[in-house]
Amino acid sequence: MAATKASKEQKYDRQLRLWGDHGQEELENAHVCLINSTASGTELLKNLVLPGIGSFTIVDGHKVSGEDVGNNFFLSNHSIGRNRAQAATELLQELNTDVSGNFVEESYKVTSSIKTFSCRVNNFWFYFHSTCLRLGSVLWNANVPFLVCRTYGLVGYMRLVVKEHTVIESHPDNALEDLRLDQPFAELKSHIQSYDLEGMGKKDHGHTPWIIIVAKYLEKWFSEHNSQLPKNYKEKEAFKQLIRQGILKNEKGTPEDEENFEEAIKNVNTALNPTKVISSGVDDIFNGEQCNDITSQTPAFWLMTRAVREFVQNDGSGNLPVRGSIPDMIADSEKFINLQNVYREKAMQDASVVSKHVEALLQSVGKVCGPYSCILRCCSLSSACSMDSADGEMVLYLMLRSVDRFYQQHSRYPGVYNYQVEEDISKLKLCVNSLLQEYSLNVNVKDDYIHEFCRYGAAEPHTVASFLGGSAAQEAIKIITRQFVPFNNTFIYNAMSQTTATFQL
Amino acid sequence: MVVDGGRDGGEWDGRWNHINMFLERPGPFTHPDFEPSTESLQFLLDTCKILVIGAGGLGCELLKDLALSGFRHIHVVDMDTIDVSNLNRQFLFRLKDVGRPKADIAADFINGRIPGCNVVPHFKKIQDFDESFYRQFHIIVCGLDSIIARRWMNGITLMSYGVLDPSSIIPLIDGGTEGFKGNARVIFPGMTACIDCTLELYPPQINFPMCTIASMPRLPEHCVEYVRMLLWPKEKPFGDGVGLDADDPEHIQWVYQKSQERAAEFSITGITYRLTQGENTHSAILNSACATEVFKIASSAYIPLNNYMVFNDVDGLYTYTFEAERKENCSACSQVPQDLYFSPSAKLQEVLDYLTENASLQMKSPAITATLEGKNKTLYLQTVASIEQRTRPNLSKSLKELGLLDGQELAVADVTTPQTVLFKLSFTS
Repeated sequence: MAATKASKEQKYDRQLRLWGDHGQEELENAHVCLINSTASGTELLKNLVLPGIGSFTIVDGHKVSGEDVGNNFFLSNHSIGRNRAQAATELLQELNTDVSGNFVEESYKVTSSIKTFSCRVNNFWFYFHSTCLRLGSVLWNANVPFLVCRTYGLVGYMRLVVKEHTVIESHPDNALEDLRLDQPFAELKSHIQSYDLEGMGKKDHGHTPWIIIVAKYLEKWFSEHNSQLPKNYKEKEAFKQLIRQGILKNEKGTPEDEENFEEAIKNVNTALNPTKVISSGVDDIFNGEQCNDITSQTPAFWLMTRAVREFVQNDGSGNLPVRGSIPDMIADSEKFINLQNVYREKAMQDASVVSKHVEALLQSVGKVCGPYSCILRCCSLSSACSMDSADGEMVLYLMLRSVDRFYQQHSRYPGVYNYQVEEDISKLKLCVNSLLQEYSLNVNVKDDYIHEFCRYGAAEPHTVASFLGGSAAQEAIKIITRQFVPFNNTFIYNAMSQTTATFQL
Repeated sequence: MVVDGGRDGGEWDGRWNHINMFLERPGPFTHPDFEPSTESLQFLLDTCKILVIGAGGLGCELLKDLALSGFRHIHVVDMDTIDVSNLNRQFLFRLKDVGRPKADIAADFINGRIPGCNVVPHFKKIQDFDESFYRQFHIIVCGLDSIIARRWMNGITLMSYGVLDPSSIIPLIDGGTEGFKGNARVIFPGMTACIDCTLELYPPQINFPMCTIASMPRLPEHCVEYVRMLLWPKEKPFGDGVGLDADDPEHIQWVYQKSQERAAEFSITGITYRLTQGENTHSAILNSACATEVFKIASSAYIPLNNYMVFNDVDGLYTYTFEAERKENCSACSQVPQDLYFSPSAKLQEVLDYLTENASLQMKSPAITATLEGKNKTLYLQTVASIEQRTRPNLSKSLKELGLLDGQELAVADVTTPQTVLFKLSFTS
């Protein structure tokens, strides 16, 4: 069967539904660099190549070994003896002809200059097998995101190192609604007034949106309670009762089946949350240095943030712009659409005020951002970690640092060969203790973990590498597309118990 | 290092180094039954038989993971052919493969890339096989995108579990994803919580009330549902009996246009082509967790996941692992008849509604039979048009009218289970 010409949209359809055309554009303009094409590394790249990353470069001086082929889908036994970067690039490139793959047949040395890689593109990722402080600091200063990943036995590890990463579209999972029932804006007030619950017919009564119902009864409550919102459990229950009494009754006096009233009662708890006074997180952003000093070099994120701050201080009476969305609810189409439009139009109004502020701030911007933004500030690799407990995944992190220390001292990892396992246990224990001492950590690492890490023999089982590579690629995509919130900043995967943990170190 | 490179299908030095650590060495966290041995690898390579259900997004990943973990005897079942929209994550397929069966192409690719691996494809529906096919496998792992199919597989593995012979348990490992969320679970049928035990955890597909769809739409989604559920069967735009295919751009184009017309009628905005297409799946990370579990169980190297892992990476990466509990009266694994309580004057339609709407049952198109006057009588069946027509009048008859007695046993068949489910009918006054 002749294959029809595959448009990119068709091929990337499923992912476009997640991050949109602009996210895809960012992805296609990105250039990432992988250092060491281990199984974890090639799995990570696979998950970037398939969705269409612009290009990648693998830097690796190793030759392909039999062991490498055993756990790596992108190395074949025919390539044993060849340069590993080249061999892996071939099989990764083949996954997607839209992507451009490159390789450098050298081991990355600390002294190599980054400029030898023609990085004209702004996103340039490094993935590294073992920690490298000096590389980390170079990238830190260039604000190039650095993701360190490794798979060691049944443990996966990721560390994100980036000076600052701003996210505008975080797509939060369960954001509370922004209904402004405690302080309705003018247009909402007059819309509410247009309803006369007592005077309407039965059909209209049962199809009035619950937002209107709550608003109406809130007016009643305000008149009897000195304009104070129901505050505690008792008051909220009383308020719900008030609404319940409004349900129409039939001739016999039994209440009718009015689902919209039930919805109103159900939603009282969240609907009466006072419109969020600016949270401390947002406050921090508003008071940030970049928000205060706007120059012609200021990036879009800070421009918009400043404009929003201007709005909050001058036009919004201390509130952020209205979000404009309402949840679905029982109502007839007309009532629902009209109510929805009231919120939408207000949101658009607020947005245009914000853009006027932006214009006034030197640049004009066409798009409007929602209130979902956050900033990740990570610590550079060299900042000392201070932890006081060592259980679960934290122990695994300590063990990873310890095996690196072992490598520094013995130029090999513990337990690689069977005969080494036993004797390396005591050597590794020394490394663990010296690490704990150096960081003044008063923790107890059980001997079982030391034994287990010797047992691993620095193996990289494919299934664990695949989990980590997949996770790492996901985070990389978040950073490149500037959507959704990346982890911050250390992630451990424990394949023994199938648990994970994220620490901010 | 001595190298055997260049000989297809041959072994080479160091090939299984990454796995042997876990098979040949004792350790402090291993399964109590574990015995380090150089023969464990041979078991994985030569004897262990794994069945993978699905060769799509999850299936491709599973096959790769298993092949690189020492498994060679792998079967894969998938009834689909390859579509262009699969290519961005189902990495065993290329443009030239579009239209071919997924199972076949996946098997070819793996067998070619991993010398010695022997993946056997089955371009079939899971329901095309009976219990005897499934019984030949040591472990079954699912990479499905449908809850119905999952429940069916769940039921099949329960059939293979003989109460008297615990060694015949076939562990079922199940993984699923939806957007940025996913889960992985390990099921020992008859022993640990099964899919149906935790049915309430699967949010039922958002079913908008019919009255909203039919006469009071508010959201663009309501308009799309109207076209898909009501207009399509009425207008049959591509012929009699042609079902809506979400991957066919011509079908989607029709739905899109009609949805726009519907929305315009009610002044609803927001119909986009993308909305019309519906849900999507995302890249698989959990497949690897599933494959790790297969390895753990096959090698006894570690205690397997006990027994449910949830994953969400919208905000950072978050997982939550817990032990799902068996439900005492689970309709699939408890082997006790389910209770039904209805008044004798209740209509059969009410029983049907209960079977489909109850959160623990969530049946799709149940067929109800009962033994009346010594004969097996079909009270209602909707999957065969002629029988549906014949039995439809029964729906408006009362249970008493149909001759059902208090304590009567009803046998219900449904796509969600390979075995009929027994119900005990008790009359309420």
